[in-house]
Amino acid sequence: MDARLGPVLCASLLAAAPACAADYLPWRVTDSAIEEPLGGLRGDAARGRELVIARDKGNCLACHHLPIPEQPSHGTIGPPLMGVGARLSAGQLRLRVVDEKQLNPATIMPAFYLHPEALYRPRPDAATTILTAQELEDVVAYLTTLK
Amino acid sequence: MTRYLHLSAFMAALLFATAAGAVEPRSGYDFLPPEFQAMQDDPFENPGMFTVDLGRELFNAPGDDGTSCATCHGADGEQLRPARIARYPVFSPKLNGPVTLQKQIDLCREERMNEFPLTYDDPSLVALETFVRHRARGEPVKVDVSGPMQPYYKEGERLFRTRIGQLQMACSHCHEQYTGAMLRDQLLNQAQTNAFPTHRLLTQDISSLHRKLRDCFATLRAMPFQPGSEEYINLEVYMNARGNGLPIETPGIRR
Repeated sequence: MDARLGPVLCASLLAAAPACAADYLPWRVTDSAIEEPLGGLRGDAARGRELVIARDKGNCLACHHLPIPEQPSHGTIGPPLMGVGARLSAGQLRLRVVDEKQLNPATIMPAFYLHPEALYRPRPDAATTILTAQELEDVVAYLTTLK
Repeated sequence: MTRYLHLSAFMAALLFATAAGAVEPRSGYDFLPPEFQAMQDDPFENPGMFTVDLGRELFNAPGDDGTSCATCHGADGEQLRPARIARYPVFSPKLNGPVTLQKQIDLCREERMNEFPLTYDDPSLVALETFVRHRARGEPVKVDVSGPMQPYYKEGERLFRTRIGQLQMACSHCHEQYTGAMLRDQLLNQAQTNAFPTHRLLTQDISSLHRKLRDCFATLRAMPFQPGSEEYINLEVYMNARGNGLPIETPGIRR
């Protein structure tokens, strides 16, 4: 099963699929931040807002209160994100979305751009990062607008 | 939203307990909106009672050799002892490992009634398990993990605290660290097992504990283990024991 799905998953260079181990982009932490956008990509805040809502993508509303009034029942697990763009820089936000565990190893928050080999028992079709590098940059771009 | 307001007092108590490091077991019942508590409490409204009735029929029905569960345990299981039911899983020297209540029922069928063993979570076994555990309704869970069960308990706890799947969360994140918080419109409970097998509102069907564990793994985009697997049995040992003292509620109503 894994062998059959493997090549399909790793075709993500062609499509805009989440990264599997073969096309995972590196990132570097300096002063509790990732200053460089992943792959030098430029985020789209409007697209980021959609990804934050999408349950199969960011699904941020599961845990966080956000200024997205058209969506009901925001979660209370994480801190509210109103004004988070004023409190944190783009680089600080990027590290928190890429891998909050770098800052808080016990956090419930998933790393949205974790190296797929670090996952334990991922479903074969989910042995990837949660977001693509582009999607991650879109989410960061949206969060920076929350002043 | 208002239906959750009555919970605020004990949610505050829970947060305090979490901070203090030791959490008092709380049944998932306490986290249900009142209308679903009422549904669970009323045998005519509780859909799980259909499974209890099916289990009762199977319990009393003779097999090919003329024997039934009732041959040893009395009609409608009236000789079953609630205190024994509440002790499962127990250690079996013969199997050299833990035996769940469902597995014990299957072993009984095989050894005493000359029946073929069934697949774990076969609907007939789940119905029998639901019926038998219902016989112990109100009995406090009392799993002994002090002796030979200790390693299975430890292994279950290790898995309970292991991050799984693409979402990299452990059972303990939602059901220990954030008990009482809202996951969108879902109030997170302690994942206690005292109401299993339970009627689930999402699937509108009875659910064994192992089936629920499979669904949890799927939610976290993880490869599930199989019902009856060593891993889920260890989790059952740990989860039942961590709820020691809670009254058995089978069949419960749960999300």
